[in-house]
Amino acid sequence: MNRQRAANPPYRLPPPLFDARCKACWFVVGLAGLVVASFWSLDLQWAQFLSLQAVHSMARFVGEFFPPDTSPAFLRKVALGAWETLAMSALGTGLAALAGLALAVPASRLYAGHTAPARVPTRLILNALRSIPELVWAALLLISAGLGPFAGTLALALHTTGVLGRLFAEAIENAPPGPAAALRTHGVGNGRVFLYATLPQVLPQLMSYTLYRWENNIRAAAVLGVVGAGGLGQLLAFHMGLFHMSKTATILGAMLLMVAVVDAASHGARRWLTR
Amino acid sequence: MKVELTALSARHPAARAQSRPAVDGIDLLIGAGESVAVIGPSGAGKTTLLHAMACALTPSSGSLRLDDVAPWSLPRAQLQRVRARLFLAPQVPPLPPRQRVVTAVLAGQLPAMGLWRSVRSLVYPVDIPAAHDALDRFDLADKLFERVDRLSGGERQRVGLARALVAMGGGGGPAGGRAAPPGASVLLIDEPLSALDPTRARQAIGALVDGARDHGATLVATLHQVDVALAHFPRIVGLRDGRLAFDLPAAAVTRERLAALYDRFEHGLRGEVPALAADTPAAPAPVLMHCR
Amino acid sequence: MAASAAPARDPAWLGRSFWLLALLVLLWPLGVATEFRPWVLLEPGNLRVTGQFLGSFWPLAHGGEFLAMVARETWRTVAMATAGVSLALLIAIPLTLASTQALSVSALSGRMARGPFWLRQALRWLLIVLRSIPELVWALVFVRVVGLGPTAGVLAIALTYGGMLGKVYGEILESGETHATTTLLRNGSSRLQAFLYALLPASAAELTSYTVYRWECAIRSSVVLGFVGAGGLGQQLDNSMKMFNGGEVASMLLVFIALVALADRVSAWLRKVLG
Repeated sequence: MNRQRAANPPYRLPPPLFDARCKACWFVVGLAGLVVASFWSLDLQWAQFLSLQAVHSMARFVGEFFPPDTSPAFLRKVALGAWETLAMSALGTGLAALAGLALAVPASRLYAGHTAPARVPTRLILNALRSIPELVWAALLLISAGLGPFAGTLALALHTTGVLGRLFAEAIENAPPGPAAALRTHGVGNGRVFLYATLPQVLPQLMSYTLYRWENNIRAAAVLGVVGAGGLGQLLAFHMGLFHMSKTATILGAMLLMVAVVDAASHGARRWLTR
Repeated sequence: MKVELTALSARHPAARAQSRPAVDGIDLLIGAGESVAVIGPSGAGKTTLLHAMACALTPSSGSLRLDDVAPWSLPRAQLQRVRARLFLAPQVPPLPPRQRVVTAVLAGQLPAMGLWRSVRSLVYPVDIPAAHDALDRFDLADKLFERVDRLSGGERQRVGLARALVAMGGGGGPAGGRAAPPGASVLLIDEPLSALDPTRARQAIGALVDGARDHGATLVATLHQVDVALAHFPRIVGLRDGRLAFDLPAAAVTRERLAALYDRFEHGLRGEVPALAADTPAAPAPVLMHCR
Repeated sequence: MAASAAPARDPAWLGRSFWLLALLVLLWPLGVATEFRPWVLLEPGNLRVTGQFLGSFWPLAHGGEFLAMVARETWRTVAMATAGVSLALLIAIPLTLASTQALSVSALSGRMARGPFWLRQALRWLLIVLRSIPELVWALVFVRVVGLGPTAGVLAIALTYGGMLGKVYGEILESGETHATTTLLRNGSSRLQAFLYALLPASAAELTSYTVYRWECAIRSSVVLGFVGAGGLGQQLDNSMKMFNGGEVASMLLVFIALVALADRVSAWLRKVLG
């Protein structure tokens, strides 16, 4: 093989671009392959999307959104829907914080060397809860709870319990061990060690996670209604199905406004907590 | 409570199994109600000795007997009850930063409080007078309802010592007449004066020694301030390189002995204390990754 | 003895009671708005339906044809997520480059000039709008325009995730050390050169790590989008739920949980390897 040699040894040439022994090269090749296979196998309708006809119909479609419907009667309905969505997200997140904390304690190793027998099964439960998206939970819960925001609240609560439970467990495991170790040396049981030493240390972090999750949940709550779980989403699906685009525009505007309000409130609350 | 160590060796919990033990073959007999000061240069094993006496780490060889009972041979429930009678105050005060002083101090009574009382105390402190009296002995009574992280380092250290007084039962007076289990009867204090100025240090050590005497508790304190140790403790134990250098009444500790103990560690002899070791830095917060 | 008498009451008690009461008072309207009636779950009619549905989970559907369909749809879900994130990168990278302060030439000598400043702000607002609209809403709109199928889903993910990636890329770039970048810019290199030689190497690990994490989230989103007609596992799940076919629903849920767990592992491993 005629490999190039540097003009003035012992200086070396840069490595070849693709080296069969380099794992990163194979990884990049695999990644490129995955992307290409995805696009190829999906049979995407680019022609339909990018054709002039499609652009025209999109433009016409977007035009139908304006002007948005601002009649007082409809605005009142939208306001009610927004309040329902807000309540769903707040209550769902709150319930999830409590349930998540209750599950996080058995799911964490309270100190180095703690056998934590319930850790693996509880983590499995938390993973199952958080793997299933809120919308799927909502669709499942509609069967038991019927149409309306109750199913949405429960769906948010279940999914968020999984998310918060895992985050809380990690925070508990990463808490500084000093205060807890001192109490354990004094002969205090695990439960009270947690209440007196670990929880006061991680509580600001837990609340910060909960508030941050609320920001996500307001977006999720807004769309849960698409499967019938109440709130703005139900209004949206209804009017979009009937092609009332101006009303849809108002609802979308209300969604954006609510998301912005909750983002700001959550950000402010988190700042106040860490003062 | 009588504390008896026979040829005790112990390793630092994070040390490898084959490394030299931090405390090597210590023979020590401390009678009930005695006050002992442990002095020695840095790295002599004073902290490990205290932790071994507090049943916080298992000895690698030798034996520990408390009131003629070997605690490590007891079943777990009984070991917990023995632990309730030992109080270890680490060098860095083990106080959660955002907790209030009153709750942090009352936590010293946790082994004696039932479950319901403990939980109630979190919401509304159950024994404010006891916490107040204990803090008052260290001149901190006005900080009763402050948050721990709003205190200075010296104040936090004194709160840790107030917790020791509360752990013995009550705010320094004779043990309360409740039918509750008795409080701590062995106080193991690690460097109680490292963040205190000389006046406060004298007050603090006086309060500790008086409190222990009033409750009939055994007091073992490690100190860098040799002069304070000689002034307040009737018995001095000198440790160097994990071994017992001497075990004498305070009057018999001569300058030559001290010089030999701190040989090549002169800053220790002068009472200069290495900077208060910070707690292990908290692990970085878990990566906050959400699907939003 | 005590120099002053111990205080009789805990001064924080009043404040705490007030906040607790306020919280309870707030819970009531939230419960009303979300129609939060947990006892509905235990009504005999609902219990019966729930019991039947849960009972039909076993035996899990395991026919050969069904499993082949599940495998196909799982691949489509993953492909949709991969294609969506790839397109999102196409949106996010130019927007980030154009909106990051670190590459501002006018800011080298003090304040940024007004024109570039407002341009950057406008692009940031564009990113915020892109990420505020839930992808489900985008998907609903695109389904109307390009019809049912994965195209709508891919586009919805591309737009929303483009916004999210753009925002976080901006944060990562700006939180790093910009000294090398400004030096290159001062010495006359173009913005793209400064990016490739200074800004990108400094933050490459974090950027890749976050992108990989987003890909994992995109898989979950694809399933959700299937509920509005974007195909993949989500659509099959929706169909099976509507037919109350518990066995198929349970099988698909298990496959989905396993898929998410696998993606989670892969993502964690990749993030570890990329350091």
